[in-house]
Amino acid sequence: MEIAIISGKGGTGKSSISAAFATLSDKVVIADCDVDAANLYLLFNPVNDEEDVYISGHKAVVDPGKCTNCRLCINYCRFDAISLINDKVRISDISCDGCFLCSRICPENAIKMVQNDKSRMYSGSFRNGKMVYGRLAPGEENSGKLVNLVREKARNISKENNIEFIILDGPPGIGCPVISTITGTDRVAIVTEPTISGLSDMQRAINITLKFNLLPSVIINKYDLNPSMTNQIRDWCAGHGIPVAGLLPFDPIMVESMVQGKSITEFDPENTINKELKKIWNNILKKNNYE
Amino acid sequence: MIKIAFASGKGGTGKTFAATNFHYTLLKNNCRSVLVDCDAEAPDALAFFESTSLKIKEVMQMVPVIDTGSCTFCGKCHEYCNYNAIFILPPVKVIHVIEDLCHGCGACSEACKFNAISEKPVSLGQVTTYINDYGHVLIEARTNIGALSPVPVIKAAIKEIDKNAEIAVLDSPPGTSCPFIQTVSASDYVILVTEPTPFGLSDLKQSVETLRIINTPFGVIINRTGMGDNKVHEYLRDEGIPLLLEIPFKKNIATLYSTGKLLAEADNFFEKQILAVFDTIIVRNGNSYHQR
Repeated sequence: MEIAIISGKGGTGKSSISAAFATLSDKVVIADCDVDAANLYLLFNPVNDEEDVYISGHKAVVDPGKCTNCRLCINYCRFDAISLINDKVRISDISCDGCFLCSRICPENAIKMVQNDKSRMYSGSFRNGKMVYGRLAPGEENSGKLVNLVREKARNISKENNIEFIILDGPPGIGCPVISTITGTDRVAIVTEPTISGLSDMQRAINITLKFNLLPSVIINKYDLNPSMTNQIRDWCAGHGIPVAGLLPFDPIMVESMVQGKSITEFDPENTINKELKKIWNNILKKNNYE
Repeated sequence: MIKIAFASGKGGTGKTFAATNFHYTLLKNNCRSVLVDCDAEAPDALAFFESTSLKIKEVMQMVPVIDTGSCTFCGKCHEYCNYNAIFILPPVKVIHVIEDLCHGCGACSEACKFNAISEKPVSLGQVTTYINDYGHVLIEARTNIGALSPVPVIKAAIKEIDKNAEIAVLDSPPGTSCPFIQTVSASDYVILVTEPTPFGLSDLKQSVETLRIINTPFGVIINRTGMGDNKVHEYLRDEGIPLLLEIPFKKNIATLYSTGKLLAEADNFFEKQILAVFDTIIVRNGNSYHQR
């Protein structure tokens, strides 16, 4: 069973909560799908068995020796990536989308496509099961495809090792890597916080989840920072038939445990937050009829 | 005009908090500042300023339409498409465009020698320009739910900036991939907002690595100092990265922010700190700005 933890807004506590879920009880496979800013490995220090190169895309490179400045490529490029600077054709790495069109239409064969090969995918073991994570090299793209590979690897590992739960720690936002994280999962939990931004970003995250025919449940983290906003979020969820799986208080111990390289359940097993987390986890699995 | 981007690898470190407070302080001190919300997947800056929508621009992308009457199912468009957006089964004469995968590059149109491909525009999102009673402008990039990439919408939002503005404050999306790169590469200076935690430090390092590659000057704001550890401070010192400002970890700041209010409005000291940061940036990088 795959359980995706996403948020819309960044910094609401996805990774801390995912880490807590991963260490609540039985062994799990945890997949860090935030390939732009993977963090869970910092807590879990996995021993990696495998490292795979991920080709995130291509970039066009022009050979100035062959180029005759005919400018055909400039006219064809729809990403405004090619321009004439000091009478030389220049292709911007930042704007190039890797579509190959310029390399195909160049009459002099002066444009070559090179692979982006700096991104990696790792898999291995951590203290409560198995872990898979991707690291997209700075500035590289197609994070959604890397998320798909991370999930595929996690599913294989779960089968091979007979581990029931796969926890997907998702990226922020609602774009391509988020879509890749939630499509076809069994459960989606959205972590939010009682702020105006938290509410608005949660609504967008719920909409994207519903678009893929999944009913998400909501976790309101740091709920006591603004109880009236928490009520507003609960009312909105109730009005839209979205179950709230539970609330977590603001407690500096969450950060303290991160600094110590542990999840909250490992760092302070007696803390009452763990009871809440356990309840929330069970609610997410139930999927319906909460509270 | 100077463009300053507020960015961070990790989400939720306080980018929007810093960007909105900087923008407010600049306006209050008679500087023509424009706030551009480039976090198109989760745009939130607008909530902090009362303003009304002035104009909306739809951001479009072209996608192919295949005329199966003139299509010979030769497969050339499928071969040219680097995004697997054209599905084709020649033996049974099936061809289909998967619009969600299309990047609008036009390679398929070029590939087709039978005039079977035309193109139609589809919406990716909107760029909305807002204005308040004092004539202050805010530009928001907002992707449609289900759009794969926010990049074209971000680009369009940055294009909307009025050339008469003195300063553009760009609220960047999190991460270090394309949406972040689009925002920071359009900027003259980047302020990285981080928090003093292991996650904050790890993501900060990745942002710094990226900014060094694209060669944009930057400094760091540490938000919520007092919590976590000192590793971010040590890292900045070792790397010689300017620490522009520290914002203390206080519950009342978080509560104020949660209701959509600005700290700089309530706290004169914070306003003065922001102006000091701004002076530092101008003095350090002043000459190059005048040339632009």
